[in-house]
Amino acid sequence: MIVSIFDKFKKLAEARQAMEENHSDFFNIVMDKIISATEAVVNGRPMLLAGTNNYLGLTFNKECIEASCRAVEQEGTGTTGSRMANGTFAGHVALEQELSDFFKKKTTILFSTGYVANLAMLSTIVGPGEVILLDADCHASIYDGCKLGGAEVVRFRHNDTADLEKRLKRLEKRNTNVLIVVEGIYSMMGDQAPLAEIVSLKNKYGAYLIVDEAHSMGVLGENGRGLAEQANVEESVDFIIGTFSKSLGAIGGFCTSNHQELDMIRFASRPYVFTASSASSAIASTRAALQVLRSQPEFRQHLWNNASKLYQRLEELGFSVGPEPSPIIAIRYKDMDEAIAVWNGLLDHGVYVNMVLPPATPDGGVLLRCSLSAAHSSEQIETIGNAFASLTSSQS
Amino acid sequence: MSTNDEVLQQILDIVKPMVPKDGPAVTADLDLVNDLGLDSIKVMEILETLEDGFDISIPINILPAVRTVNDLAVEIQNLIGNE
Repeated sequence: MIVSIFDKFKKLAEARQAMEENHSDFFNIVMDKIISATEAVVNGRPMLLAGTNNYLGLTFNKECIEASCRAVEQEGTGTTGSRMANGTFAGHVALEQELSDFFKKKTTILFSTGYVANLAMLSTIVGPGEVILLDADCHASIYDGCKLGGAEVVRFRHNDTADLEKRLKRLEKRNTNVLIVVEGIYSMMGDQAPLAEIVSLKNKYGAYLIVDEAHSMGVLGENGRGLAEQANVEESVDFIIGTFSKSLGAIGGFCTSNHQELDMIRFASRPYVFTASSASSAIASTRAALQVLRSQPEFRQHLWNNASKLYQRLEELGFSVGPEPSPIIAIRYKDMDEAIAVWNGLLDHGVYVNMVLPPATPDGGVLLRCSLSAAHSSEQIETIGNAFASLTSSQS
Repeated sequence: MSTNDEVLQQILDIVKPMVPKDGPAVTADLDLVNDLGLDSIKVMEILETLEDGFDISIPINILPAVRTVNDLAVEIQNLIGNE
């Protein structure tokens, strides 16, 4: 018997139905009105936002908004074309140069989103016969990029350099190119890669290295260049990938490198060629945001003050937080109903955090994930902590 | 080198405790996901255990070809042969 093409979604539909019946809010979070970088009206209720990845709070920065508005007025609402056709505007080229200057790299390519940046790089920079060694907790966009390309893909255990070395050793006799892929800050638990050790292995075995700094650009390093800067290994990282949709408060992605050959990706990568380029408004606000990131390190300092304060508070309250203080503070739950109850309780207290369900979580549990912002005031951090404190009786 | 039967038996030993108590008896021809109810995280755990057991790296590229326990055994045997 021929089954319907939709039969494969039955299990998913059942799971969703069960969630809808018991916890309808989860699939129906709508930001009715955005008030500021940290406040919104969600489903009719005023809400303090603690799950937006808006690390520097630049979505409402005056300079960024003005730059974006000017770009729309001068260049229109969209580019309506690929970078390879009519979609390269002067702003795209300028931002590429500004990112190269910021990261002290020879060349940079913009992509339409951070997801597309990973899709483009992972699917193209290595191919059949070559090997990608990726940290098991890497983002879905990295996995999807690997899937789109032809390289052999092997995972190593999260942040486990002994496991990485074991795999590098096994590959020695293959005499092929090996690309190691890690993230600066991991998006779910907020922990950092042991980058200095990974670089030392990369050098020892002659591999290449990509660091996705999506959650660490603007957050780590004296100048905000991310984990590679903080670990003092920038020269040894072959490719840095990043996004504009977090610290820079817009949308878009990039890869920067000292390998001049990176430019060939423009001609070889389907996710670069066959999609429209970013709208001028996003490029203009990103350029303004990059200037703010460079010139106002106090935002980064304030972000870390907020992060340390809430991490310590939640730890003292007995919540099962991630391994180290970070602007991403995730609380693990084994029991989904318990996590949902706390998440709903937070909403009732006017605090929104992300709830992350398996398989998006690293170990199959449920996460309540806070991400903090430099735009949070001390009082708001206190309010978030108080909301969690009021729910301590229901946490594990 | 392990024989096909040894590889298959080792996989069965790893998979059995991961299957829900009310699930079916684990045999080589059952589908890991649809019959045995294993999710992607469990499948990855199985791969990691096999990697340690056989001292190999298992590329995740093999997964589209693996539906049953037996399919997995065939892939592992090929990898052992190539090491």
